[in-house]
Amino acid sequence: MGRKLLLEHVNVPGIETLEVYRKMGGYSAAEKALKTMAPDDITEEVKKSGLRGRGGAGFPAGMKWSFIDKKSEKPRYLVCNADESEPGTFKDRYLMEKIPHSLIEGMIVSSFALGAKTSYIYIRGEYFYVLRILEKAIEEAYAAGLLGKNILGTDYSLDLYVQIGGGAYICGEETALLESLEGKRGNPRMKPPFPAISGLYASPTVVNNVETIAAVPHIVNITGDEYAKIGIGRSTGTKLISASGHINKPGTYEIELGLSVEEFIYSDEYCGGIKGGRKLKALIAGGSSVPILPAHLITKTATGEPRLMTYESLSEGGFVSGTMLGSGGFIVMDDSTCIVRHTWTLARFYHHESCGQCSPCREGTGWMEKVLHRIEHGHGTMKDIDLLVDIAKKIEGNTICPLGDAAAWPIASAIRHFREEFEYHVKNPDKIQDPKHFYHQPFVSEVVNATPEVN
Amino acid sequence: MSKEIVFSSETLEVVNKLIRRYPEGRHKSALLPVLHVAQAEFDGWLSPEVMDYVASILNIKPIEVYEVASFYSMFNLQPVGKCLLEVCQTGPCMLNGADDLVAHFEKKLNIKVGETTEDGMFTLKTVECLGSCGTAPMLQCGADYHENLDAEKADALLEKLRTENKRSRYC
Repeated sequence: MGRKLLLEHVNVPGIETLEVYRKMGGYSAAEKALKTMAPDDITEEVKKSGLRGRGGAGFPAGMKWSFIDKKSEKPRYLVCNADESEPGTFKDRYLMEKIPHSLIEGMIVSSFALGAKTSYIYIRGEYFYVLRILEKAIEEAYAAGLLGKNILGTDYSLDLYVQIGGGAYICGEETALLESLEGKRGNPRMKPPFPAISGLYASPTVVNNVETIAAVPHIVNITGDEYAKIGIGRSTGTKLISASGHINKPGTYEIELGLSVEEFIYSDEYCGGIKGGRKLKALIAGGSSVPILPAHLITKTATGEPRLMTYESLSEGGFVSGTMLGSGGFIVMDDSTCIVRHTWTLARFYHHESCGQCSPCREGTGWMEKVLHRIEHGHGTMKDIDLLVDIAKKIEGNTICPLGDAAAWPIASAIRHFREEFEYHVKNPDKIQDPKHFYHQPFVSEVVNATPEVN
Repeated sequence: MSKEIVFSSETLEVVNKLIRRYPEGRHKSALLPVLHVAQAEFDGWLSPEVMDYVASILNIKPIEVYEVASFYSMFNLQPVGKCLLEVCQTGPCMLNGADDLVAHFEKKLNIKVGETTEDGMFTLKTVECLGSCGTAPMLQCGADYHENLDAEKADALLEKLRTENKRSRYC
């Protein structure tokens, strides 16, 4: 059993209420922080902890906090990114739904560290029922003097609100989120200036993911040094992984970073192996935007090292033979999966979610969707496969925000690792008429991966 | 006759409370939450008249409302059936049978995706990832998530919604 911090008490009946949350030690970090620590001490602890942004980018959280413009006379804001929309990711939803007070406590401690007097949680519109859970918990916190004026009898005051979105993946990008919070279309902003200098209402702002903020009270409680002892190297602490696809036990799991991918997939404590005893075919380890891995690169890297659930090990081999930890959206595919069809659904997703500001993304995502639709439905040509690679290359790096990259990578990597399957679709249009064409007869590659490519 | 486009006094109080969440002069921030309230209040969609009314409440230009309402997928700019069935079709749901689920609804309701049943009861819509990948396939109807669906559960849900005969709403 790995160490649990965020989900340690998730199965305690009534943990969603303030009473039970407090009984289990909740709000002790808020007490400690507000009564015995200076704001900068908290930032220092977060830096020492090595905590990295849990939304997907993995940027060191303490460093992000230290960028906030303290000379500005404008109010500072902390905004929590609860716009969880990356396909395969449902960990923040689970945490907010089960232990809403852990996020609220994190918001109190983090807002205090940053000097914010008003903070917002921006939650995706579809999570309306989670919004209600959070609002109920916030109400309880206000009534108990944990929010509002003079929190816990100290000089510190904080107002916390939950803002509902309207259904747009792009609002998970921090500057698009701020635009949306200002009542506008979710068009990402040009950077610089970064939000730490000019964010919400052109004021210094920090935007952090739900899981990042919820980790802060634990760091305050056990100290940054202790937190840094969990995990391996620069991948410190615990991480929530939401597992889906063809596994026996889909769900949200908290792991110590450094657990082996093999154990995560096959152990009964986590995914419980592949459903129906079928064969593992592919894995998307960190949400739909990260490169897909074929079976032979999942549990071992190209150099034969065991693959671990860390930022470093998952990206071992770069984009040639590696991927990314990303958001922790862990999508497992068995041998009944058609990679072309799955990639097409992702292309459709990115096309739908492109905000339309940058031509390469607005047009390119649409072209990719159409070309993939063509191939999947038996009307593709060999040239189409190279066309996809070409479009992906032309989107990547040529857009204001990373949605362009996120749309390009899944397609480029699917072709890199499963090109033969795309070619099969072109050559055998009659064999792919049934949408579940590989269900009864899985696709068998003729290429033997005896000498995997090494970056 | 369509009803007059004015929030009830209780709804107006909710809206004013929303506006007070933001600093002075930043009331436009309330636009998304207020649009949700308006959509729920006025039959599940935002007509131009409703959007103009929201603009007047927030003291912003109508175009500022149109451009936002047309950007976000949860705002309906056309009338929808009493119950809007939003079936997730992205990768992880597809892996677990979203295609079959959509086909089942199309057959059962005798409509295609994007259409409304003749009696105005159901509109079938496919949507992109709703963050319910571990409980796929699934659909959203109003604020409710209906997860781990199969044909049998889907039929039971339709039956239940028909019996309740209530308009689905997010808030």
